[in-house]
Amino acid sequence: MSALTLSPSELSPLRRILGGALRSREIAVAVVLVLVVLATTVKNDQFLFGANGWRDLLLTPSILLLLAVGETAVIITRNVDLSVGSVVGLTAYLTGRIFIANPGMPVFLVFIIGLAFGGALGLINGLLVSFGKVPALVITLGTLYIYRGVFLTWAGANRVNASDMPDGFLKLGTEQVLTIPVLTIIAVVMLALVGYYLYTARGGRELYAIGSDPAAADLYGLRVTRRVLAAFVLSGAMAGLAGVATAARYGTVSSDAGLNLELQAVGAAVIGGVAIFGGSGTVWGAAIGAFLLVTINRALPVLGVQDFWQQFVVGVLIIGSIVLDRVLTLRRDRKIIEAREVA
Amino acid sequence: MTTATIGAPAERAYPSYAHPWWRRTLLTREFAIIALLVVVFCWATFEVANFNSPLTIYFLGLDNAEIMLIALPMALVIITGEIDLSVASVVGLSSVMVGILHQDVGLTIPVAGLIAILVGAVAGVLNGFLVAYVGLPSLAVTIGTMALYRGLAVGLLGTTAKTDFPEKWTNLAQDHIGNSRFPLIVVPILVLVVVFVWLLHFSPFGRGVYEIGLNDEAARFSGVNVERTKLILFTLTAAISAFAGIYITLRTGNARGDNATGDELKVIAAVLLGGVSIFGGRGRLHGVIAGVLLIGVIQSAMRLENETVNVINIVIGVLLVLSVMATALLAWLPRVRSSRFRMLGLSRRRTHVATSTRTTER
Repeated sequence: MSALTLSPSELSPLRRILGGALRSREIAVAVVLVLVVLATTVKNDQFLFGANGWRDLLLTPSILLLLAVGETAVIITRNVDLSVGSVVGLTAYLTGRIFIANPGMPVFLVFIIGLAFGGALGLINGLLVSFGKVPALVITLGTLYIYRGVFLTWAGANRVNASDMPDGFLKLGTEQVLTIPVLTIIAVVMLALVGYYLYTARGGRELYAIGSDPAAADLYGLRVTRRVLAAFVLSGAMAGLAGVATAARYGTVSSDAGLNLELQAVGAAVIGGVAIFGGSGTVWGAAIGAFLLVTINRALPVLGVQDFWQQFVVGVLIIGSIVLDRVLTLRRDRKIIEAREVA
Repeated sequence: MTTATIGAPAERAYPSYAHPWWRRTLLTREFAIIALLVVVFCWATFEVANFNSPLTIYFLGLDNAEIMLIALPMALVIITGEIDLSVASVVGLSSVMVGILHQDVGLTIPVAGLIAILVGAVAGVLNGFLVAYVGLPSLAVTIGTMALYRGLAVGLLGTTAKTDFPEKWTNLAQDHIGNSRFPLIVVPILVLVVVFVWLLHFSPFGRGVYEIGLNDEAARFSGVNVERTKLILFTLTAAISAFAGIYITLRTGNARGDNATGDELKVIAAVLLGGVSIFGGRGRLHGVIAGVLLIGVIQSAMRLENETVNVINIVIGVLLVLSVMATALLAWLPRVRSSRFRMLGLSRRRTHVATSTRTTER
């Protein structure tokens, strides 16, 4: 009887680990993130060890993190939600108005309202996309205009100032539990919930199936319409939550609240390894991508680069990561074909 | 022995088209938009105060020139099934280039403009190369280059602006054609319209553009150079965006990194409103031109009615959503009809597949 023998890998352990890290997108992006933080801290130790350094490092990405989580769920289904920035602005303003009309409102309830309101805006997107059978790009481009227009028309020349909102709510924006900011905890809890759902739950796996091949998913009997709708509601709800967080974090809601955030959200997801044509990627990757984007933006001035160059760096990161994806995919395909021809 | 003779089949005449020419021309998406444009224009002329003054036409041309310019190549890009979100960033980049080259380097406006257009073309080559030859999705690529080119523009100038341009050139950008009510920018627009109508509707290149949008694999097998076509289109789009950037700079006398922010959405909205399918393979330029004009007329009429830019943006958004939903709503009708077949015992799946093939056949 011939025993099936497995020989140990001929590659050196170092190369195997490096290869594994390169293949795991999440680890690769996390390594880059750590390097950025280290390089910036070496240059100026206030970046990590200053009075607010540690707090800001965790706090600033929390809003983009929420958006990236929702955006990932949508992109996995081979759609895209460009309206999230406008939903953030609209919800942030709604939060301010609620406190102006009703100063004694419990903070917890305001978060729920923001979540529900964002979810309702996401539902509109989802209904238009999944029943209209129109590409999400166009629909959410339209609702990007519409939601922001509604926000600015409603706000007029008014803006919400810090004095309009109760101290308890504003303190939440900077408060820490065990040195970890509350907003970051909220964002990470959402990340964990959605990440667990996408990884294990039937509904989550169906999102991947739909994104890999919508027609096949339909023929297989998956409820494509309902799942896509749910993904959009999730994205809207996350954006709504991010809107409330924006109001708490910055204290004022001016007309540019949430402006252009949609591109950063898509960018964070793409950098984190979420394929723009659906079917692959994780929220963990998107979350690390969001951290990386925000941290690089904050690190640039410390490293002596004027902060006007932030957008440029974002662009380089997005292009770099999709080109890297493509190269890695091509290499893997070639290896698989070679292996087949040898066998 | 007799030989069996087979009679030649009777000549049968097939009509070239199922419908008479007027139905094919008039009952189209493009003519619906043109009709809407005429209706809105007439309504505004009679109902909106000051709309029928010569200044309205002048500013209509002046304010929508860049959208019109970029919409022409953008229509071709969308017909191939791709999209270019980076156009407004190229506008900003070229505006900054003109400002810096003219004021800091001391070049004359034509030379600075030529270099800006070249830089724009290079930006387009990068887009086209990544999409066509590397094979990346254009949505992801141009979201990236949108940030990249805008970042370059903002990075080069920061929050400052270059405002010192010779009056000769800034006046030229605002000049009228002779004594008419049309601004001078209409001339390059008309030239480009003629070029693009020829390119898309009367040249082999244009047939290739449609074929790529319908099925790029089939296009490749029928001899269309898919990669080169896409590269040319992305390059053209960016070069014309750069030209629009020079125009905006001279018209406003202001070179800033954030010039034309958000204009890519307006351009795409106008193109889709004009009946170009976002799935590719379908659309005609007269519809696109009507789409740009419709948005322009609505904007100027609403502005004259003292509506804020926010309300105008809501209207544009609703129009965009409605225009793409219109196709879906029309596709619904046969599905509603086919639901009768379901009652006759056909499964739901069958009818669904039947309607979906019908929509892809167009």
